Amino acid sequence: MPLHPILDYLWIIPLLPLVGSAINGLLGSNWSHKTVNTVALGSTGLSFLCALEAVREFFVSGQILFRKEFFDWIVAYNDLRIGFDLQLDQLTVVMLLVVTGVGFLIHIYSTGYMAHEGGYYRFFSYLNLFMFFMLILVLAANYVLLFVGWEGVGLCSYLLIGFYFLKKSASDAGNKAFIVNRIGDFGFMLGMFLLFRTFHSLDFQTIFAAAAKSSVAVEPLGSFGILTVACLLLFMGATGKSAQIPLYVWLPDAMEGPTPVSALIHAATMVTAGVYVVARSHILFTHAPTAMYTVAVIGCATAFFAATIGLVQSDIKKVLAYSTVSQLGYMFLACGVGAFGAGIFHLMTHAFFKALLFLSAGSVIHAMGGEQDMWKMGGLASKITITFYCMLAGTIAIAGFPPFAGFFSKDAILFGAYNSEPGGKTLYAVGLLAAVLTSFYMFRLIFLTFFSQMRYDPRKVHVHESPANMTVPLIILALLSLVGGWLALPSFWGGKDYFADFLAPIFGMDEVAGVDRAAAHSLELILSGVAVAAGVIGLLVAWKMYAKGAKQGTSTGLHKLLYHKYYVDELYQAAIVGPLVWLSRNILWKVVDVGVIDGTVNGIAHGTTAVGDTVRQTQSGNTRSYAVWVVIGAIVVFGIIFWPILRNAFTPTVIGGVR
Amino acid sequence: MVPTNYYIILSAVLFGLGIIAFVFKRNIITLFMAIELMLNAVNLAFVAFSRALGKPDGEVFVLFVIVVAAAEAAVGLGIIILTARNRRSLNVERVNLLKL
Repeated sequence: MPLHPILDYLWIIPLLPLVGSAINGLLGSNWSHKTVNTVALGSTGLSFLCALEAVREFFVSGQILFRKEFFDWIVAYNDLRIGFDLQLDQLTVVMLLVVTGVGFLIHIYSTGYMAHEGGYYRFFSYLNLFMFFMLILVLAANYVLLFVGWEGVGLCSYLLIGFYFLKKSASDAGNKAFIVNRIGDFGFMLGMFLLFRTFHSLDFQTIFAAAAKSSVAVEPLGSFGILTVACLLLFMGATGKSAQIPLYVWLPDAMEGPTPVSALIHAATMVTAGVYVVARSHILFTHAPTAMYTVAVIGCATAFFAATIGLVQSDIKKVLAYSTVSQLGYMFLACGVGAFGAGIFHLMTHAFFKALLFLSAGSVIHAMGGEQDMWKMGGLASKITITFYCMLAGTIAIAGFPPFAGFFSKDAILFGAYNSEPGGKTLYAVGLLAAVLTSFYMFRLIFLTFFSQMRYDPRKVHVHESPANMTVPLIILALLSLVGGWLALPSFWGGKDYFADFLAPIFGMDEVAGVDRAAAHSLELILSGVAVAAGVIGLLVAWKMYAKGAKQGTSTGLHKLLYHKYYVDELYQAAIVGPLVWLSRNILWKVVDVGVIDGTVNGIAHGTTAVGDTVRQTQSGNTRSYAVWVVIGAIVVFGIIFWPILRNAFTPTVIGGVR
Repeated sequence: MVPTNYYIILSAVLFGLGIIAFVFKRNIITLFMAIELMLNAVNLAFVAFSRALGKPDGEVFVLFVIVVAAAEAAVGLGIIILTARNRRSLNVERVNLLKL
């Protein structure tokens, strides 16, 4: 019996969902839902159990980095070695448990939500495949393997957004997600190349050890050294995957996918991959303050910007989508101000409450028979009680009221932002404003959906609570949204920040260095009071505006601007997509493709035909003309052979004259 | 003794006559005879060389050629008869199924 049965075979954790995906995808088309469920839930459930066991072994072995090289993948020259290497450290543990745990719950939920949809086996095959790639992403021990997972989850995202591929808007949304991500991935790859050129390795341990050496200078703010550029390029990849300005446009459209997909991929796991990469590369980022500052500013701006759009959306999933973009902005803000632990903490709590919110929204949509417009809901609280309370728990959590999870994580981020230099106060103020907006749009959602009068026709819509396989995951996630934050109690609460302690070996403890401990406590207390007040303001405004019933007015002015998402899509369409399409159609298609490429191919074909037509004339079919050719040929051959003799033919020679 | 040259020249002349006949005549039987003429021209050259070199190889070849020519005559005449029956003609210009 090996000492660490699962750690030594760490690949089993990602492999299980892959096997499940392959079985369902290749064989499942005619299977009953029950069989497909067994395979899909079995593989992810087993994977979750293996992850738990791996984490247990990790704790037993003293929480030291576990790293194992399973086989060489790419080996070139002397310095390029890329292996299938997996590693498990504190950061991976968090991600691993979130991905497998939340993923498993969403799988269970999907069995209820997707029960009446076509392509059932296909859905679960994709979902399992996503789990495989996501686990590769978090377990990878080098950038290239991480990139494999990175691209793989992008592929699964594309497949699942376009799951209803007969719907034009769904397949368009899938394309948009994929293409926008390509832009980010381009930067990510350039970043990898630059890192390889600098460190001659793409292995996390090697790079980070080299970068952590004291001889590597911290590049001052405002300069663009190699590390800064590399970090900015990596961050460019992260803005694509994690939907930050300017590449966030794909995420709201991604809501075309089935709701469990929105919950799993576009809220809880995949979109946090960018945050994970930044946190994973934190040693590089701390050496590049310019990059850090960029991350903080972009994150903060996105948090605010997306929240404002979320204020006025009428589609329940669109609100949650902009909320996700906004919360991801918070995570980047945390990373950017050096509070990596807080960022990862928010990543975890966000995975709980945002998955909960999406699944609850799915349950609402299910109850309403597919209606997503909040203006056509209302008064659902008494009809779908479980869903209501679960969604309320998620809303309280995201709005940041104690003792729910979002309070602790958002508080830690805002505290980190407040203490950061330079411009920490501004970042804090914008972050706080975004918190007010968050509270407002979430309670607006609650009030519009569950309170006030019915705005649908009860004779047409049969509102019903979802089955147990949907509500049980909701309840579990609601509990997690409540207790998830208790891992990191603020110090003034007399609690211990277990989460920060746990991640300390990775990120270090000096997150609030230079701040007097006692002063920090009172400051933290004040700041959390302010944050709660911000949440209350949002709640009260929403209450005033929507709780007693409201009508969807005609939109004018600012409202119209927000409702149309600042016309960013139109701007991109006009500035980037339009010219590209024009270029593709009029230059690449009509000139290059038709003119040059087809012209070359067809030209060769026409030339061959012409030559053939000419030469064909010799093949007359007339036997005697062939005989003439034979004779001519023979004469030529004889001519060549006997040319030396003929040249001297003036002196008669006796042929074969040996005598 | 007749010099070898004379035989060779005679052979070449016969062969040339065969070619000319083959190319210019239209009657299939004439063509057939032209082929036989060319074969025999070659036979003559073989025998002449064989005698000049004092080796029997050429004569052996001639025997082979005669055998092949006999077989060819059998097959060829069969083809000619069938052609004549099908086409009601011995004009080679009209045997042109291969023509485009």
